[in-house]
Amino acid sequence: MLVARGLCKAHGNLVAVRDVSLSVSAGEIVGLLGPNGAGKSTTVAMLCGIATPDAGVVTVDAVLLAGGAHAAKSLVGLVPQELALIEDLSALDNIMLFGSLYGLRGGLLRSRAREALDLVGLGDRARSRPATFSGGMKRRLNIACALVHDPKVLVLDEPTVGIDPHSRNHIFENLETLRSRGKALLYTTHYMEEAERLCDRIVILDHGQVVADDTKEALRARLPTSAARRYEISGAIDPALLADLHARGIRSKLIDDASLEQVFLHLTGRELRDAK
Amino acid sequence: MSAFVALVRKDVRLYLSNRRALLMSLVAPVLIGAFMGAVLGGAPAKPAAVPFAVVDLDRSDISQRIIAAMSEDGAFSVQQLPQAQAIDLVRKGKVSVAAIIPQGFGAKASQALFRRDTAKPQIDLHFDPSQAMTLAMIKGLLTQHIMQVVSAASFGGDAQAIAYLRDNVARNASLDAGLRADLLNMYKSVEQVQRQRHSNGTADVATPPGLAMPYVTHDFEVTNGARNYNPYAHSFASMTVQFILLMGVELGVGLLLMRRMGLWQRLRAAPLSRATVLGSRIAAGTIVALLLIGGIFAAAILLFGVRIEGSVLGFVGVAATFAALTSSLGLLIAAVGRTPEATRGMAIVLTLLLVMLGGAWVPTFVFPEWLQSATRYVPTRWAIDGFDAVTWRAQGLDAVLWPMAAMLGLSAVLSAVAVYLFRWEE
Repeated sequence: MLVARGLCKAHGNLVAVRDVSLSVSAGEIVGLLGPNGAGKSTTVAMLCGIATPDAGVVTVDAVLLAGGAHAAKSLVGLVPQELALIEDLSALDNIMLFGSLYGLRGGLLRSRAREALDLVGLGDRARSRPATFSGGMKRRLNIACALVHDPKVLVLDEPTVGIDPHSRNHIFENLETLRSRGKALLYTTHYMEEAERLCDRIVILDHGQVVADDTKEALRARLPTSAARRYEISGAIDPALLADLHARGIRSKLIDDASLEQVFLHLTGRELRDAK
Repeated sequence: MSAFVALVRKDVRLYLSNRRALLMSLVAPVLIGAFMGAVLGGAPAKPAAVPFAVVDLDRSDISQRIIAAMSEDGAFSVQQLPQAQAIDLVRKGKVSVAAIIPQGFGAKASQALFRRDTAKPQIDLHFDPSQAMTLAMIKGLLTQHIMQVVSAASFGGDAQAIAYLRDNVARNASLDAGLRADLLNMYKSVEQVQRQRHSNGTADVATPPGLAMPYVTHDFEVTNGARNYNPYAHSFASMTVQFILLMGVELGVGLLLMRRMGLWQRLRAAPLSRATVLGSRIAAGTIVALLLIGGIFAAAILLFGVRIEGSVLGFVGVAATFAALTSSLGLLIAAVGRTPEATRGMAIVLTLLLVMLGGAWVPTFVFPEWLQSATRYVPTRWAIDGFDAVTWRAQGLDAVLWPMAAMLGLSAVLSAVAVYLFRWEE
């Protein structure tokens, strides 16, 4: 559904994205992970038609995506990381405003806005202003605003920043519902447990390049076994014999598989990126 | 509802829903316009007396009569003081001008009245440079009173002055004999009249002989309208222009602020052209500015009796074109500005400069000639002159067609430049 091929983008002398290719199919959630400064935001901007690639192309449902008033942009919905809401308008008016930017009008606009509000569980707060909402409710409304025009692709840029577990879980359920309806979702996050729970596939960016693009299971398999798994050993064990435990047939129990966070750190290193 | 209309509607609605900002945009120009109209506009019914100090070093009958005449004049508030004290008061700004009447002034002035070759006595005028405009007024009034008193003294009772003149003529060998005889006869006649008036006791103190103002004036306010000049019309036009420009600055700064927010990303992600996004901003700004102009002038009409005595269509035209110009300027500010904070400061300075050059604070006729010529190209002057033309000057539509066309043209140019320069991508 969403296909990017060979995307490149430089800001002056700084190459932000270098030859990035990725795809998201209908009914799939793909996680886009990467350290700070890895090029995630620039990639997201190109995938939504906000930024024009220096090289490469983006297609949505086989339609080439371009900037400006290009019609293919209607196939994509963006949930920005920052709350993109107008506090002085009601929740319904916010959604209707953004729906009207996509050419919706009249009864269709109103019914789509209602549907989007219902989906995120804010149907009973349609007339309330976001200023009166909790952080979680604002985040859900932020998502609803991107859904009103019924896009085939939804790009979510860290949509759960700063909210409580209940709201996060509600959002996850919303996104899983959308997946079940055949939407293609690209989900960027810093929270590995989110990617772990939601994503069918993970794309990891580092230094502007794709360093991994695979299923969670396949990514885990890339880790060296000793670094990836923990075992609970029963019985009195001589430490000198630990290396031969498996070979000697000592019974063991796997208590925790390798986490996605371990995979991430293995692939991108442990160096802090904020300081750069 | 198209995206363009939705964006315009959103911006207008948001502006109007911010009641505090709206109140400030309306109340501030009304209050300042009212103040400026009351203080600066038109001729007051009773002018304030100009504080004026006199130092009489002459102490003659003439100098005392001059001081007495000026004291009776309502235009002055005269204080007779020692020289050092008088100058000190000028220095402190307590009086506008101090005049030093020199010793021997009375005698020398009477002689100089008839003889151009006689050395004229000099009155030193010490004035407050911050009130230089009053100096010209005081000079004019001094001239009037001195001429009246000195000429009255010469013709009415100061025999010494006539005797001095007669002796000079008699001694002047170069003078034609016939002319000398005529002049001596004239002086003799004057002296004879003076003697008779005094001996008969017919000297009229109330109407002494001498020069008097040979005319009176009556002032007519010249407007095309049926009413007299209403100073509030100009002050409200000025303050409207100033505050609408400041609104334009906020419009531009608001756009810069929005670029920092997710809202901007969402707008950019929608299938909207640059012209739609930026054009809607100009349209919304124009509508808001028009509403504010309407509100401010409504207050001027209801509370201060301002009337659109000229073309109503012209008024709407000037308001609409100035509103469009302001919005375009706001967009240009957003296009060239980097950060909202720095841009706001720079834009406010530019706005105040434009307002000053437009004659909103002080009339342009007090500017130096070169600056007066330059202000013809300042759009704020087009707007203020345009509002003046259709309000108290009661001019027709034709009087404002040129400023309207100029503002509309400039608005189009500014918009095009702003859209071209606007940094679309972060």
